[in-house]
Amino acid sequence: MNLLLELGEGLRIALEAIRANKLRSILTTLGIIIGVVTVTLMGTAIDGLNRAFMESVAKLGVDTLYISRTGWFVESYEQWMSLRNRRPITLRQVLGLEEEATLVTAVAPIVETMQSVKYRDREAQSVRIIGTTEQAVLTGGTGVARGRYFTAEESDGGRPVCVIGSDVATNLFPHTPPMGNQIKIGFQPFEIVGVMEKQGSFLGAFSLDNQITIPVRQFISHFWHDPDFQIQVKVANVAWLDEAKEELRGAMRKVRRLEPGEPDDFDINQQEQLAERLAVVSRTIAAVGLFITGLSLFVGGIGIMNIMFVSVTERTQEIGLRKALGAKRRTILIQFLIEAAAICILGGLLALAIAWPLTLALAQFMPARLSLPLVGLALLVSLLTGLISGFLPAWRAARMNPVDALRNE
Amino acid sequence: MSLIRLQNIARRYQMGAEIIHALRSVSIEIRRGEYVAIMGPSGSGKSTLMNLLGCLDSPTEGDYELNGENVSEMDDNQLADIRNREIGFVFQTFNLLARATALRNVELPLIYAGVPAEERRERAREALQQVGLTDRVQHRPNELSGGQRQRVAIARALVTRPSIILADEPTGNLDSRTGEEIMHFFDRLSGAGNTVLLVTHEESIADHAQRIIRLRDGEIAADESRARVPEAPA
Repeated sequence: MNLLLELGEGLRIALEAIRANKLRSILTTLGIIIGVVTVTLMGTAIDGLNRAFMESVAKLGVDTLYISRTGWFVESYEQWMSLRNRRPITLRQVLGLEEEATLVTAVAPIVETMQSVKYRDREAQSVRIIGTTEQAVLTGGTGVARGRYFTAEESDGGRPVCVIGSDVATNLFPHTPPMGNQIKIGFQPFEIVGVMEKQGSFLGAFSLDNQITIPVRQFISHFWHDPDFQIQVKVANVAWLDEAKEELRGAMRKVRRLEPGEPDDFDINQQEQLAERLAVVSRTIAAVGLFITGLSLFVGGIGIMNIMFVSVTERTQEIGLRKALGAKRRTILIQFLIEAAAICILGGLLALAIAWPLTLALAQFMPARLSLPLVGLALLVSLLTGLISGFLPAWRAARMNPVDALRNE
Repeated sequence: MSLIRLQNIARRYQMGAEIIHALRSVSIEIRRGEYVAIMGPSGSGKSTLMNLLGCLDSPTEGDYELNGENVSEMDDNQLADIRNREIGFVFQTFNLLARATALRNVELPLIYAGVPAEERRERAREALQQVGLTDRVQHRPNELSGGQRQRVAIARALVTRPSIILADEPTGNLDSRTGEEIMHFFDRLSGAGNTVLLVTHEESIADHAQRIIRLRDGEIAADESRARVPEAPA
């Protein structure tokens, strides 16, 4: 008897058995349903989280380096204690670095603070105010949606102009175009020359559109006289990233007048570092998720095993008869494996039917989507649960001695 | 050449510390086309002998040759094949699948023989026709009377065209009138040249056979052949 025929017959018997015990089958699948719903939701959540991470990381740009007094990640209190005594990076050093660096297309000093912003009677609280040069439009990778960026002359001359983020634009100018108007940042008037493209949020933590960019000299004279700068550097070619990093390191040491043998008193950060961190976070979440999911599937699997043992016991005579009529061990094994798998796949399908609207609901709060690979995974997991938990009962059925099985009443 | 040749067959069971000698040393030859009844009181070993003849069990000692093949040395899967090919079982309790129609019940051994669906249905229909159940093909066992159920079981035994039809107390669960009807089918099968083996403890049933093998305490007590009983007037 060929395998295909055997599988077809097994499926037919399985469906008959499930139909004959509808309530029992549904109750049994409950464990699997819960397990698969967990798998699916967990997968959706992890998927969404990863995507959000990747999007945020991509905003940093592959070819952009970030120089600052300290690294992005401080591992310990001790490290922090040693870092906090580093000298701030001054504007003069940034300008010096710009002179020295050759493998880069743009170097922008970045300094920021929070201010409230007013236009006539409308006010926006806690807007990020960024002081930089015209180079930031190159290093930041975000274009201007309307109007223009401030020019090198405006930047150097310290004219009171500003480029506002799209959230600021909608908050302060719901009806009128913002360009050419004067707004007050703190108590200082600034003329709006442009509106930035919409950028979204960074790691869901803060909006990149609720900010205003002004010339760095304006920033120094009005908000912070002696700030600690960060430097954004756009490398001319991604292939030169490592060389550029090395060059910048030498240039930074020079402009900060470090003696040979003295350790660096600054850090050069890049996208990769954040990506690695986030990968660790998402792996941890995935591992915890997998454990919880595994646990619920394990419980579901035990339910299936239990009911399959019941099913085998109830049908001992039938097994004996089938064997007497010529069913081999393999045939019986396959029959019961298919029955267990069919129950589980049924559970998997019901679970997907439940998970789908749940995912849609979840998508209101976080990036979540029931992807096709995830659907496949859910069904595969149900199938495997069925096969694994059904194996022992099926094996017992397959090994039954036909004489004893037939005699069983 | 004999269809069945049992030589010095013994079957022992371990029951706790005790060893049960179900069959001590049994030698039987049955030719193709014979109509044989195996009789004996309970504990005589007739069920054990039937299980051995039906290839459901293997002997502890001795050789069993069926249709030229030595089945006493075969493993589980080979025995399953032999049962499928050579033996048509009819059980006391009918042993039909409750959820399946008569047609599907009859098809069952053909499924295990790997017969394609269309031919299967065709042959199952034919077999049901032979037992006069053409109009009950789509009925389930609970929609059939006891006699009809046993006729479905007989159709199932016939459908593979086996060498032996092996019936274990085929009338045990039927009233005597229906039992007679069923025995009538076995008589007809024998008349058509089939080899029929009946296991029974009822003399009136065994009377249908041409040869009666009597067992006692795991040994053959008598083996008598006789002229065919004329068909009883209806």
